[in-house]
Amino acid sequence: MSAADTDGLVRRSAADLADALAAGETTSVELTQAHLDRIAAVDGAVHAFLHVDAAGALEQAAAADERRRTGSPASALDGVPVAVKDVLTTEGLPTTCGSRVLEGWIPPYDATVVRKLREAGLPILGKTNMDEFAMGSSTEHSAYGPTHNPWDLDRIPGGSGGGSAAAVAAFEAPLAIGTDTGGSIRQPGAVTGTVGMKPTYGGVSRYGLVALANSLDQAGPVTRTVLDSALLHELIGGHDRRDSTSIDQPLPNLVDAARRGAAGDLSGLRVGVVTELAGDGWQRGVMARFQESVELLVAAGAEVVEVSCPSFVHALATYYLILPAEASSNLAKFDAMRYGLRVWPEGRPDASAEEVMRASRDAGFGDEVKRRIILGTYALSSGYYDAYYGQAQKVRTLIARDFDAAFARADVLVSPTAPTTAFRLGEKLDDPMAMYLNDLATIPANLAGVPGISVPSGLADEDGLPTGFQVLAPALADDRCYRVGAALEAALLQRWGGPLLDRAPELSTNGATR
Amino acid sequence: MTTATHETLVPFDDVLAAYDPALGLEVHVELNTASKMFCGCPTGFGAEPNTQVCPTCLGLPGAMPVVNAKAVESAIRIGLALNCEIAEWCRFARKNYFYPDMPKNFQTSQYDEPICFEGWMDVAVPTEDGGVETFRVEIERAHMEEDTGKSLHVGGATGRIHGADHSLVDYNRAGIPLIEIVTKPIVGAGARAPEVARAYVAQLRDLIVALGVSDARMDQGSIRADVNLSLSPAGSGTLGTRTETKNVNSLRSVERAVRYEMSRHAGVLQAGRPVLQETRHWHEDTGVTTSGREKSDAEDYRYFPEPDLVPVAPARAWVEELRATLPENPTVRRARLQEEWGFSELEMRDTIGAGALDVIEQTIAVGTSPQAARKWWLGELARRANEDGVDVTALAVTPADVARVQALVDEGTLNDKLARQVFDGLLAGEGNADEVVAARGLAIVSDEGALSTAVDNAIAANPDVAAKIRDGKVAAAGALIGAVMKEMRGQADAGRVRELVLEKLQ
Repeated sequence: MSAADTDGLVRRSAADLADALAAGETTSVELTQAHLDRIAAVDGAVHAFLHVDAAGALEQAAAADERRRTGSPASALDGVPVAVKDVLTTEGLPTTCGSRVLEGWIPPYDATVVRKLREAGLPILGKTNMDEFAMGSSTEHSAYGPTHNPWDLDRIPGGSGGGSAAAVAAFEAPLAIGTDTGGSIRQPGAVTGTVGMKPTYGGVSRYGLVALANSLDQAGPVTRTVLDSALLHELIGGHDRRDSTSIDQPLPNLVDAARRGAAGDLSGLRVGVVTELAGDGWQRGVMARFQESVELLVAAGAEVVEVSCPSFVHALATYYLILPAEASSNLAKFDAMRYGLRVWPEGRPDASAEEVMRASRDAGFGDEVKRRIILGTYALSSGYYDAYYGQAQKVRTLIARDFDAAFARADVLVSPTAPTTAFRLGEKLDDPMAMYLNDLATIPANLAGVPGISVPSGLADEDGLPTGFQVLAPALADDRCYRVGAALEAALLQRWGGPLLDRAPELSTNGATR
Repeated sequence: MTTATHETLVPFDDVLAAYDPALGLEVHVELNTASKMFCGCPTGFGAEPNTQVCPTCLGLPGAMPVVNAKAVESAIRIGLALNCEIAEWCRFARKNYFYPDMPKNFQTSQYDEPICFEGWMDVAVPTEDGGVETFRVEIERAHMEEDTGKSLHVGGATGRIHGADHSLVDYNRAGIPLIEIVTKPIVGAGARAPEVARAYVAQLRDLIVALGVSDARMDQGSIRADVNLSLSPAGSGTLGTRTETKNVNSLRSVERAVRYEMSRHAGVLQAGRPVLQETRHWHEDTGVTTSGREKSDAEDYRYFPEPDLVPVAPARAWVEELRATLPENPTVRRARLQEEWGFSELEMRDTIGAGALDVIEQTIAVGTSPQAARKWWLGELARRANEDGVDVTALAVTPADVARVQALVDEGTLNDKLARQVFDGLLAGEGNADEVVAARGLAIVSDEGALSTAVDNAIAANPDVAAKIRDGKVAAAGALIGAVMKEMRGQADAGRVRELVLEKLQ
């Protein structure tokens, strides 16, 4: 097969690849190899992967081909490769969460999402880069170096799941799994021109997802098309008895919703534009693409209403109390006693367990992690709990009520996914607050547990970089995100005459690190 | 670490002249559920270290807890038996602190929303005159939590961390379900405080045994008591600064630890020094406590609701179902049986001390008189059990066997001596009582002709004794009866022999 054919293969959507596999036009080994070749060619520059498992992926691909040959595929996506964010445990494959503290750890068990991927026959290409313990919006806080945005290698790919988004945007994987605590699937999707879906809290099992903030975390699909996200979402979703917070209800039919949406008819749909999630301080080009997208929805038959969610202005502050509080407790387990990094205090072979814990945690955690551990420890401290953590939980309730009121007036809520396009690497590294502001529009959904999707909405005029359009739906109504997302996608494809990613610059394929 | 103490101890009686003690007991009960509190790992005692572990109880990154429904059921049953309210809705919380035997460096416990709260238990404390005095102990709460792993310090002098070369941790125990039962301050016990503490723990243990929710073995740590004690000036009605003596693991030690701490506190106070709020270690061998970690600036555990678990909301109908399955309270049952059987306090205490309450009850249930049942179980059978070093209930004799033996005695087929031989046969596994009687030929001879001949033979062989009886000295009949029983190899009804002797000589 020629390089051009291989290039064609990696640019196809997962749904197309599944069809090609079903029709016998290609094999899983062939397309898995094509993606491994692509990774070898471009990942030196992009650095989307922390670990590539070529041998394992090809072995799974061969097994998938065998199933296809005998007419018993394990799922619709059997044989289509996938990349997994390094925050989900993978039996036999390193799982670092982007942290030194987990260096060398090989989990003895699969996360439920990973088990489902394996059972459905998707070869796992490897583990993708992320901000350390998912703390960040740029993937610059990875202890293993940043991921670069395929649109402009000097820019961030978003975070914390920049690795998964960049892998999909750079055609290194047709599908990826991300996790979203405050926007870590959606914001990278927006700035890399990919699709990212955060399911309803409890819709996808968190078992094996190394917790950042347990009450906010949710795993979901990262893809290049809305339909691909729906296909992957249906595969990883559903109740899991190992996760007490997972919802014991069947998922709505997501693939069906995406297909219906793509047909383009949104008659009778009420779309709420959230006043608080756009406006002053938002990048002009981001707002322009957003307005156009809203107009396209109207053209498809939707009715637009303006809704206000006054408590959303407190979402960021609330988030930065709840998240560090839960994280400070979650991260206590990294004490060098049982797994991962162990550092002895210099010149102290007789150090006590506590001294080893302290030295290991000091060496193993990066600055952003330490910052949040300190914040969280403070917020939970006796005498401060009520003022901080307790108060934040109350505001969280208010935010959920705002959503309830808004969803009484609108079937979905929409906003730009992120206030700006991808910023330059290093630009906000010394300004945590500026970094945190990136998640302004995505955080409310995590606080309330509602689903949200980010769909590419075009390129900002001023910098030619991708912008994202966010669709939020009530809890358990994930299908609405897919319906509206697919309708917008279809309208934009028509306008653009092809996928947005076709406009991304060609990456050098010499495999060299930048 | 030395257990030597430089404490000034005030004689116990002098303590009471100046101070009122206040007790508080925190008892941890390890449940006997088949699996752990938040995962499916087995809970058996004594397995090879770290063989009963999984990602969840090892606290591996990504693993999540799931509440063991059986443990919730046991918690509710304990709460109901302690007359507690059962929460309609409660949550687990994280108690954050670092320790190598804590896999997650937080313990999943309950904080301000315990599943059981506001209960009480009437504690019966034996008095010197053979009666009982009842104290009502108020229960503050009973909550669910998980156990920690177990540290083993190697190379140190006494297994303590100080001076050890290295430490090993066994996580088999990590995640075993615990119920912590906390009393409100127990005041007003005065000189009886040590006994009240002991009686409370003993009675709580009996209750746990009756509920069947724990192995309830203090020696194996499945029941562990922490003893809180403070003194306040006599009659002041206030509460002093308390100390918490950890892991007091026998009933006797509970009593001794309270007694010791009362004397020690009084010594500190009388020297004009403040009592330090601290954890203390109990030393079984020397009978003293030593200072553990100081708690004066109360540790901050940064509790917050466990976000990986959903609230526990036991349906009221289920709670009522569980209430209906509660066994009779052991203390109430004891009083009821004592009344029904007409046992003295001492007899009852012996019965319970021998662990024979159930078997005696079962023996009586199949028709034996209370005194006869008590006679066999606490006499002959207790002696045999003692010889073998086992509990009386471990003998190969059932309540039905005892009832049958006594029935044979009552109908005249056996006498006590023969009955003891039947027990020999039962213990040797020779079949049931009737089979042993038949196989060993133990039945009393009721053939009047043979008996009469034997009596005649005895009279002929002992003419001087016969003469005394003829003279009215009936007491001498014993010698002739003995001779007859000897000739009959014991298989005669001594009462009937006596009747025949007297008939023939009077």
